[in-house]
Amino acid sequence: MEINIAQIRETNAFSCLECGKCTGTCPVARYSKTFSPRMILIRALRNTHPDSIKSADLWSCLTCQRCDEICPSDIKYTEFIHLLRQFVGIENREGTCSHGGILESISRIMTAPDLKQQRLDWVGRDFQTAPSGEYLYFVGCLPYFDVLFNEIGTQSLNIARSTLKILNYFDIKPQLLPNEKCCGHDFYWNGDLENFRKLAEANFEQIKKSGARYVITSCPECYRTLKTDYPRFFGKLPFEVKHISEFLAEQLQQKKHRLKGDGLRVTFQDPCRLGRHLGVYEPPRQVLRHLSGLEFNEMAHHHKRAICCGVTGWMNCSQISKQIQAQRLREARATGADTLITACPKCQIHFQCALLDKQLKEEVNLTVQDLTEVVVTYLA
Amino acid sequence: MAKRKVKNDFQPRIVVFACNWCSYPAADAAGINRLQYPPNVRIIRTMCMGRVNPAFVLKALEMGADGVLVSGCHFEDCHYSFGARKAAEQYQKLEKIVQLLGIEKGRIRQEFISAAEFPKFVQVVHEMVEQVRKLGPNPLAKSLLPGHKEKREEMAVN
Ligand code: SF4
Ligand code: SF4
Ligand code: FES
Repeated sequence: MEINIAQIRETNAFSCLECGKCTGTCPVARYSKTFSPRMILIRALRNTHPDSIKSADLWSCLTCQRCDEICPSDIKYTEFIHLLRQFVGIENREGTCSHGGILESISRIMTAPDLKQQRLDWVGRDFQTAPSGEYLYFVGCLPYFDVLFNEIGTQSLNIARSTLKILNYFDIKPQLLPNEKCCGHDFYWNGDLENFRKLAEANFEQIKKSGARYVITSCPECYRTLKTDYPRFFGKLPFEVKHISEFLAEQLQQKKHRLKGDGLRVTFQDPCRLGRHLGVYEPPRQVLRHLSGLEFNEMAHHHKRAICCGVTGWMNCSQISKQIQAQRLREARATGADTLITACPKCQIHFQCALLDKQLKEEVNLTVQDLTEVVVTYLA
Repeated sequence: MAKRKVKNDFQPRIVVFACNWCSYPAADAAGINRLQYPPNVRIIRTMCMGRVNPAFVLKALEMGADGVLVSGCHFEDCHYSFGARKAAEQYQKLEKIVQLLGIEKGRIRQEFISAAEFPKFVQVVHEMVEQVRKLGPNPLAKSLLPGHKEKREEMAVN
């Protein structure tokens, strides 16, 4: 792809001061010998030949936006990385997709227009859904994650079930799309815009046709992609996208609802897409405050300074990811919590994977749960 | 998948993963013993069936293979002790994924074929070709990426 100077300019990349604050704050650079966001930027601007940019490091960035927050020149670094990846092209990338690339394959297969997925088998009798209505629950890739990551002890579909239960509890019978596709988040960030577009179009058309006014997601990546990336392609959306934590916070606030249950000691992992990308810091915390008997403490790094779970887009999972995860889990342990709550299915998978290390597991002694899973236990 | 008209002369392309120690020698022995099997298979040799990640099978389907056969040793024969067992576990995952995606189950198959069982290899290939022929061409092939299309044509040269 041609490099689009106007787009690069929009990211402010040319005003880089070469101060290296990005490298100083970057969780990957902390553990990697080669990775330096500052050098990636400088090298790319000095020599725009794709070969000079395409190193594996380009795909190691977590697009977590920690550097965006700290950069004194206000450079949109993650946007810049996204453009570079697009420019180098997915076919020239030197990063490796974990799990043999199966997740990418699944998403790519989903771009086939006449695919008839069987993705709703998990919806049992005890859930209420409707063929039409104001609310639509966008499940995302949870059914696939559930199959793939069962062996490490995560049941991703629990998140979907819990979300449905929560919606039902507030008398909402959401629609579910029988042929919903992957939102395209990973394609978008890995620089494969062609496939992203195919998925996005299919989803956009389906949601539009459903007539839903609110789209609820339980995944921050779907949330970000639907909310901020789809409008770039389709203009203003005829529906409003909400993360389940926002929905819950609103409902609990309005009804002055307090949910009773057992005391838990918890801490919260801000998912990058929810926090830094979209500024949704408070709703999940408000939800936690409505749960009685629950003791909530912040980790050393929280809100804007939270640390990513170590992998994005299933790219370049490595020893470095594990080190980031171990650091994060230790931080969680230090709060005295026994449950680490996240609001992102992928964070859950990644932390759970880090806990396969028996030593670390014994050391931190934490369970990792999704916000929805915790809330559901209070809804008796 | 929608019903498509199946032409009788449809020649499916089937990717066969065969392990180095059992199924691949079985395919070889079939040749030595002059047993014929349809020329629709493209055999990929792996050291062990345990190496065949579900991702490889999906990738083959994505790139237009009409069917994929994963073959290797019986559990007790596997040269890497737990490879074949692992493969069986992985295969269950694969089946579920394929089902979620709405791809016909008949397009994939796992078989344990020892080096001595070359007639079984021949029979399995026959069955698989017949089965996939009934299912028709891989519906994903239509919407493949441009680059993949050329690869598919390359594969078609017999
Ligand atoms: S923090 Fe900003 S200005 Fe400083 S080196 Fe990084 S990108 Fe450049
Ligand atoms: S987005 Fe995150 S991982 Fe990427 S360079 Fe910035 S701080 Fe590092
Ligand atoms: S060596 Fe044949 S299946 Fe493992």
